[in-house]
Amino acid sequence: MRALVAMSGGVDSSVAAALMKDRGHDVIGVTLKMWAGPGGEAPTAGCCTVSDAEDARRVAAQLDIPYYVLDYTDEFATGVIDRFVGAYATGRTPNPCIECNRTVKFDALLGGLDDFDCDVLVTGHHARIAERDGALRLVRGADREKDQSYVLSMLTLSQLARLVFPVGELTKGQVRAVAAEMGLRTAHKAESMEICFVRSGDYRSFLRQNAPDAFAPGPLIAEDGTRLGEHEGIAGFTIGQRRGIGVAVGEPRYVVGIVPATATVVIGTKDRLGVSRVELSRLTWVNGPAEGEVAAQYRAHGEPVAATVTGSSAVFARPQEAVAPGQTIAFYRGDEVLGGALIESTAA
Amino acid sequence: MYLDHAATTPMRPEAVAAMEPFAFEVFGNSSGIHSVSRSAKNALEEARERAAAILGARPIEIVFTSGGTEADNLALKGSVFNPSPRRGVVTVATEHEAVLETADFLKRIGMPTAVVGVDSDGRAGPDRVAGAVTPETAVVSVMLVNNETGTVQPVGEIARAVKEADPEVLVHTDAVQGFNCLDIDVAELGVDLLALSGHKFGGPKGSGLLYVREGVDLEPVQHGGGQELGRRSGTHDVAGAVGLVAAMEVAAADRHRFRDEIGGMRDRFLELLKDRLHDTVPNTPAQGRSPHHLNLRFPGVSNQILLMRLDQSGVCASAGSACQSGAATVSHVLESMGLHPDEARECVRFTLGWTSTEEETELAAKTVVELVEELR
Repeated sequence: MRALVAMSGGVDSSVAAALMKDRGHDVIGVTLKMWAGPGGEAPTAGCCTVSDAEDARRVAAQLDIPYYVLDYTDEFATGVIDRFVGAYATGRTPNPCIECNRTVKFDALLGGLDDFDCDVLVTGHHARIAERDGALRLVRGADREKDQSYVLSMLTLSQLARLVFPVGELTKGQVRAVAAEMGLRTAHKAESMEICFVRSGDYRSFLRQNAPDAFAPGPLIAEDGTRLGEHEGIAGFTIGQRRGIGVAVGEPRYVVGIVPATATVVIGTKDRLGVSRVELSRLTWVNGPAEGEVAAQYRAHGEPVAATVTGSSAVFARPQEAVAPGQTIAFYRGDEVLGGALIESTAA
Repeated sequence: MYLDHAATTPMRPEAVAAMEPFAFEVFGNSSGIHSVSRSAKNALEEARERAAAILGARPIEIVFTSGGTEADNLALKGSVFNPSPRRGVVTVATEHEAVLETADFLKRIGMPTAVVGVDSDGRAGPDRVAGAVTPETAVVSVMLVNNETGTVQPVGEIARAVKEADPEVLVHTDAVQGFNCLDIDVAELGVDLLALSGHKFGGPKGSGLLYVREGVDLEPVQHGGGQELGRRSGTHDVAGAVGLVAAMEVAAADRHRFRDEIGGMRDRFLELLKDRLHDTVPNTPAQGRSPHHLNLRFPGVSNQILLMRLDQSGVCASAGSACQSGAATVSHVLESMGLHPDEARECVRFTLGWTSTEEETELAAKTVVELVEELR
């Protein structure tokens, strides 16, 4: 089998490549160049940095596999950065890592496997693809703490058939142990948690530069319409946000609503954050639509909660806080991913 | 199958042999008084004389550098920072980054810089270049052969037009890609400065030179011990200079073969491709081109995927421009010739060199045809 391995320069994808090679497959390593600054400079923090690509290259050399850096900056700019900026400008909460998986890793690489003359795409995601009851299933990674099945919930059966997640069977500790045993230079490398194209985690100043329109001042109001003050732009706010609102009142106050048309930010008490129903878009199912009660997860490392999906809406068994339009929601039964969608709108 | 000779080419055995004594036998620092130094100094000066003879220059006019990039930097910055009050640079949009980035740096620190556009063949006419010269212009820089397309610039005509417009303006040419195939005589070209890079014609990497016409005053880029008559400080890389010059001699003697045989192989390669891939668009012009470059656009085929597949099939080629990571980038050369960035992403550069053979190029052409047909 010929395997195309997306190597980020981290320990997980290094081990993924090593394991595929170990299993006797023909392995080709690629690093995706996804982002460059205005002057074309490579990022120096987060993932996808120059030194990450260098780590990936050195690991590939050690494994004696061919290695290439592919330029997907255009796809990343329109599929990830524009959406990220657009989401904040319209009062939504984006997940750029999911868009990156969707538009670059899976659309471009998985969709292009034939062009690459490869049979499967391999990534370092902590998730498993298992055959159960005669069908392929997407299952949470063996390491529940590191499980990344949430960000893969948009995958479909035909995509799973051409994907391999070798480290999904391992805990992070085991991954590092394998890397150390093989002497891979990435064995003890720290994980990156930041959004790769945002410097030092300051996404607001990134937005201020890239979406100045979203920083039109607007009113900050209470739920009864009382004007509490003015804000610098809706892009600085997320539903459920408590800190940095700029209103001092006795009881803790949260952002409970954003109205992009009038650039209005609505502030309320914690009990107003409850969402019991969400409308969905881009709903996909791995093995066909699921009926009845499922477990829904709407944050990368959130706990799943009971919900029922009917048509293109999902109803939570109990109201949930901090559910915002733009977020991805993944549906599970046990450890199996049934499907995923984007939250279009929420209702109490 | 190696079709990336414009990136770099194998060393000529003569160059390797010439360098060999300088590791142990003749290891001396050429700036010294004792016998060990003297033998190194003699070798260096002999190399300088031979280099000068090949270029039609005087030995004093040869400044050894670490390669083409350093030579270009010295030519431009040296002309701008010298005691003459002129501070401007005029160059062309298709120049190598060694020139363009240097010009851009000079612009950023306030020097008047003009970048002249090119026609669809990648050529800047003498009138356009001379027309961009102002009383502030210190130096005009136009490359002899474009590294991506093989377009030959009429450097001689440009130099004449510039000198006619203003005899005080210095003319520099980056001749890095032209030494293989063109007879280069600095007097005939009428240039004041000319850059060469050893590894493009079989010398060692990290070797190069700048021809500096006698009487031209350059401020050094690298200050220090005053080597190279103060124009380029730093302990001499004697082995590099000797290897460079040995390769120059072999390459100069091989030029007629380059133009006839290698040029023939390149033409045959293109013929084989066009026979099967009718819509292939050459970016290399039909006239006024080097014998060993071929830049082609395969409509509908992503160059980065094609290059990767070619590598998997044993064919080494390139996109002509790449970032530090090795990823193909949109070529500024092709863009300035009028290609849309999407079109530039469909272009691949094949370049032949002194080790190319008919069998190799024909087999490579067959592989390219198969892969392009498959990727369509």
